Amino acid sequence: MARDQIRIVGSSTVFPFATTVAETFGNKTGFKTPVVESTGSGGGLKLFCAGIGDEHPDITNASRRIKKSEVEKCAAAGITDITEVKVGFDGIVLANSKSAKPVELTKQQVFMALAKQVPIDGKLVDNPYKTWNDIDPSLPKTKIEVLGPPPTSGTRDAFVELAMEGGAKAFDMLKDLRKSDKKAFKAVAHSVREDGAYIEAGENDNLIVQKLVANPDAIGIFGFSFLDQNADRIQGGIIGGVEPTFENISAGDYGISRSLYFYVKAAHADKVPGIKEFIAEFTSEDAFGEFGYLTEKGLIPLSEEERTKVRNDATSLTNLKLM
Amino acid sequence: MTDTSTPGKKTDWASPQLLAKVAQRQRAEKRFRRLGLSAIVIALAMLATLLFSIAGKGYSAFYQTRLVMDVTFSEAVIDPKGTRNEDDLRAAGYGGIVRDTLRETFPDVKSRKDLRELFALVSKGAPMQLRDMVLDNPDLIGQTVPVDFIAGDDIDMFNKGFIPRDVPEGDRRVKDMEIAWFDQLDAVGAVKMVFNSTFFTSGDSREPELAGIWGAISGSFYTLIVTFLISFPIGVMSAIYLEEFAPQNKFTDLIEVNINNLAAVPSIVFGLLGLALFLNVAHLPRSAPLVGGLTLALMTLPTIIIASRAAIRAVPDSIREAALGLGASKQQTAFHHVLPLSMPGILTGTIIGLSQALGETAPLLMIGMVAFIVDIPGGFTDAATVLPVQIFLWADSPERAFVEKTSGAILVLLGFLIFMNALAVLLRKKFERRW
Repeated sequence: MARDQIRIVGSSTVFPFATTVAETFGNKTGFKTPVVESTGSGGGLKLFCAGIGDEHPDITNASRRIKKSEVEKCAAAGITDITEVKVGFDGIVLANSKSAKPVELTKQQVFMALAKQVPIDGKLVDNPYKTWNDIDPSLPKTKIEVLGPPPTSGTRDAFVELAMEGGAKAFDMLKDLRKSDKKAFKAVAHSVREDGAYIEAGENDNLIVQKLVANPDAIGIFGFSFLDQNADRIQGGIIGGVEPTFENISAGDYGISRSLYFYVKAAHADKVPGIKEFIAEFTSEDAFGEFGYLTEKGLIPLSEEERTKVRNDATSLTNLKLM
Repeated sequence: MTDTSTPGKKTDWASPQLLAKVAQRQRAEKRFRRLGLSAIVIALAMLATLLFSIAGKGYSAFYQTRLVMDVTFSEAVIDPKGTRNEDDLRAAGYGGIVRDTLRETFPDVKSRKDLRELFALVSKGAPMQLRDMVLDNPDLIGQTVPVDFIAGDDIDMFNKGFIPRDVPEGDRRVKDMEIAWFDQLDAVGAVKMVFNSTFFTSGDSREPELAGIWGAISGSFYTLIVTFLISFPIGVMSAIYLEEFAPQNKFTDLIEVNINNLAAVPSIVFGLLGLALFLNVAHLPRSAPLVGGLTLALMTLPTIIIASRAAIRAVPDSIREAALGLGASKQQTAFHHVLPLSMPGILTGTIIGLSQALGETAPLLMIGMVAFIVDIPGGFTDAATVLPVQIFLWADSPERAFVEKTSGAILVLLGFLIFMNALAVLLRKKFERRW
């Protein structure tokens, strides 16, 4: 193998963290700075599982866990040794402009506001709600207007899975459906309305922030780090009584948060110089620790106990086990 | 108006009906002129708005905040053995010197948490800054000299006025404590604004104050060289063949339709073609300017062929006939007479095609050039990115300080585009022949 530079692909959510580590790694050590591509979690795993060799990436980032089908695909290409490294959490926030009242919603209300079909009187009907107080009289009488990521985004996947599915389960009827027909349940819970109340604002979260400032009635969906950076202009909504703060997400109290991972091809670890050192840098206390430099970029760290375990497994290239 | 030509029957040009008709025609003309003018005014106003908003957001990227503090380059830390060996100097603990400097400047700060905030006043690149100073001039060791530290991005944003003082502390990224430190430095004149040379000399970085566009400019340069070397000869040769040599038949017509069609194909399609052809079949390296240039060459080819054919067609037949009449072969006619005469038009078309390629991101997405790359590419096979991709990556970054960097990079890209298009106009003006 001729390559002397680590190649990383994968999730756009993990991208800011992976790049920060890559840069620090390049500065600290004598190795070349790794090249990090932002391809999305699914796209990254596809490239990752394509094979072993120079032209295939060494590491892929993911904002969700690797799927069983992907592990099988990897195995078919001869990649049997994969090391999973969990790096931390990311919260998904529903935020609005500082000039308006803060949002306070339950997951059920989020589902009712954004689902394509909602159960009313025991029947699934097309979402009739136009204003927030149609859903619950205690909510303000403003038009439902939510700016969020398009279906290609990992943020959208996680939002749908955590918030919408969570909200859907609050209905007895849908809960029963989940038991009898999981596929049908998912079709209902994962379908976002297309009548203009949910506005797909593209992958650019900065754009959503600007639109929120211009329109105080609108609510935006994006990653926690954007809220963190723009706290003077926008505020995070309270979901199920919990505010999206660093502490709440870290403790697992905030309902819409997900784990971030990266996967390493163990077969490359001896071939491409620096992979082991890169893993060590990523899992050092300086980086993903409680006060590490990644927290400045908006990463929410794992608990100390979990960090130690992740570090040990990662640096010894322990093989991935899927439960 | 046959009346006018009939002799004896004079038209009364001053009759009220005719005068009314004249007035009506003049009104219609005035209306059209006004509409035309307003169309141009609207277009210019749009352009001005765009330029002003970008320039207004972007100009601040060209200067940056520096904090001046006295640094003691202690020999005990940098070079305890006193060898002045370059490797030792490179590996020394400059981070410690930066921290000591800050501690000495603000002796009241004690708690660990406050110290962390204090250390964030200066950029993460500060140790590298000191290292480069020492490597440039090892005589600094043992001296105490004032150093212009690059400020951290939050402090830079605060100093430029993007983070207001008057919002509650909890909503600000710069806390009261940091503002107090900043004011303390400001009071003794230790806060400076200087030209941001880092922006033009370094590669990408996750720290906005250290990020630069040189890596992207080099990447664009290598990519365009490949694009030019591939698409120009092939494009011009195809155009000459099609115009001068190809027989006029259905097959040639089919080729012509296809070339025109290719010029309108969305650029992402060329990216997919590049991925299939250059990466999957030819196994060229990912993210390399070589592959990017080849892909963009595919995209630029139709533009060049169409422009070149138009330029060749504009050469009058009398030239060809004269050359043939004097005994020149068809090939000699094409290369000695037609091609030189059509060159200005061909070059204009090529430059316009290349400036299109310079602004393209979509096809590069597929071949891995949308990537975070710190090292500045030094050749055609090094991993690289290009200017528009750099703009896209920065626009998508959460850090507030990247907003001005994004606009700054757009200004640079616009500068290059204006330069290239002006060159095209100039070439045409200078060498164009009229028959």
